[in-house]
Amino acid sequence: MTTSDEILLSIEGLTVSYGAVEAVRGIDLTVKRGEIVTLLGANGAGKSSTLNALVGLAPRKARRMLFDGTDLLALPPETIVRRGMTLVPEGRRVFSSLTVDENLMLGGAKHAARGNPAAVKTNMLELFPILAERLHQKAGSLSGGEQQMLAIARALMSSPDLLLLDEPSLGLAPQVVDRIFDLIGNLRDRGLTILLVEQNVVQSLEIADRGYVLANGRVELQGSAADLRASPEIQDAYLGA
Amino acid sequence: MSMDIFLQQLLNALSLGGTYALLALGLAVVFSIIGLINFAHGELMTVTGYAICFALIWGLPFPLAVIAGLVVAIAAALLMERIAFRPVRGASGTTLLLTSFAVSAILRVLFQNIISARPIPVSIPSSMSGVVTIGPLHLGMIQLISIVVTLVMLLGLNLFLHRTMAGRAMRAASEDFAVLRLMGIRANFVVATAFAISGLLAGVAGLLWVAQRGSVDPLMGALPVLKAFIAAIIGGLGSLSGAVAGGFLLGFIEVILQAYLPDSLLPYRDAFAILLVIAVLLFRPQGLLARKTLVKL
Repeated sequence: MTTSDEILLSIEGLTVSYGAVEAVRGIDLTVKRGEIVTLLGANGAGKSSTLNALVGLAPRKARRMLFDGTDLLALPPETIVRRGMTLVPEGRRVFSSLTVDENLMLGGAKHAARGNPAAVKTNMLELFPILAERLHQKAGSLSGGEQQMLAIARALMSSPDLLLLDEPSLGLAPQVVDRIFDLIGNLRDRGLTILLVEQNVVQSLEIADRGYVLANGRVELQGSAADLRASPEIQDAYLGA
Repeated sequence: MSMDIFLQQLLNALSLGGTYALLALGLAVVFSIIGLINFAHGELMTVTGYAICFALIWGLPFPLAVIAGLVVAIAAALLMERIAFRPVRGASGTTLLLTSFAVSAILRVLFQNIISARPIPVSIPSSMSGVVTIGPLHLGMIQLISIVVTLVMLLGLNLFLHRTMAGRAMRAASEDFAVLRLMGIRANFVVATAFAISGLLAGVAGLLWVAQRGSVDPLMGALPVLKAFIAAIIGGLGSLSGAVAGGFLLGFIEVILQAYLPDSLLPYRDAFAILLVIAVLLFRPQGLLARKTLVKL
């Protein structure tokens, strides 16, 4: 485990409102460099809204929102991504009429000015051999699991320090889900910090260092993954013990 | 009908349809990215016409006047975006549409009051208005030029969209603008690129239009942009290939009606053309080449 004490992301009093609807009602959250932190909770608990707010895609307010020393509140998504935090959105959202190659090259757009997206892409194709096979196919023609791989690879093309993953196992067959979780562990071993939103509580807590449980837009419970697994709330609500 | 008259009609159809296609493409490029139907697109044609006209009056040679006209068209499109459309980006389709009507109306009044309400002649080189004789065929030079220019523009745009990072970003933006921003690509850059391209397309269409008519007036862009809008609807709004197909189809319908309608019905040519468009839409309400999902916003 490469977890350090350096705080990479620190959020205080985050709220997200869509008109009159408050999806997130003042949560505090920290992620340390090298950690996998998981956000758990029922549908509508505010997990996706939190991730979208972090990258600037949802209307947000906060007392403090620092990523690697940078105040995120005033920054648009494109700048946040260039600073090293990116999101793999729920439902994958690959550019389906573009080829796999084109999706990856767009993901590496930040390297286009200086540096070399092609070199990053070579690394990515080693990590995801299936994408090398499909390189010139339309992304829309890939299977769900392959599209999820592509969505993750596309996000990694921006060489992030912190990767936000929104429901990466959604709608995938069990073996494919296992592969995605293996991949997440593998990415952490390579030094990536990950904030993971998942419905799949068992596997998330197996892989994560710490977790937060959200309910109705608030943090209901937080702690180390082991403590959460043992907590009666999680046992009752998710693990059916 | 003799062979050369038929071929001349075919050329007319291709050249008129090509101009509609360029205009419809300009509308579709912007619509596919920000959901705006820009009715001020026609005024970009008019601006181009005036720019070429004044450049010639100031003594610039014709090729330089054309370049000046296109540069002015692109600059005008970028200014339109910056001043009028950026402040309302993300607003409802109705707001965007009304804003574009306002821009169009303001520009027309400015042309009328600052330049002239009457048409101003543009001295097009005589080499462009001649007739080319190929064997037994006599073909209009300007029609041939229109077709070649249209093809070059379509090929160029296709290369741009598929071979450059900006082009890929535009295609991606038309699918999912939010996720494109997650690639670290600036939203303003993509929107400005779309407007620059639509300005260039309107500029080329304006050039071809002025070259055929030999004059420019404040309302010059009104009719063509309406036709381009119809063409874009036939093709499926937001679909680029649909806009091109719709433009050529509308051009063919108009030229064929012009050639074959009896004289007594000719004044109703546009009514018949619209009737055919309605027929197309009855069978394909989404347009001929509609994309499966329309733009969000």
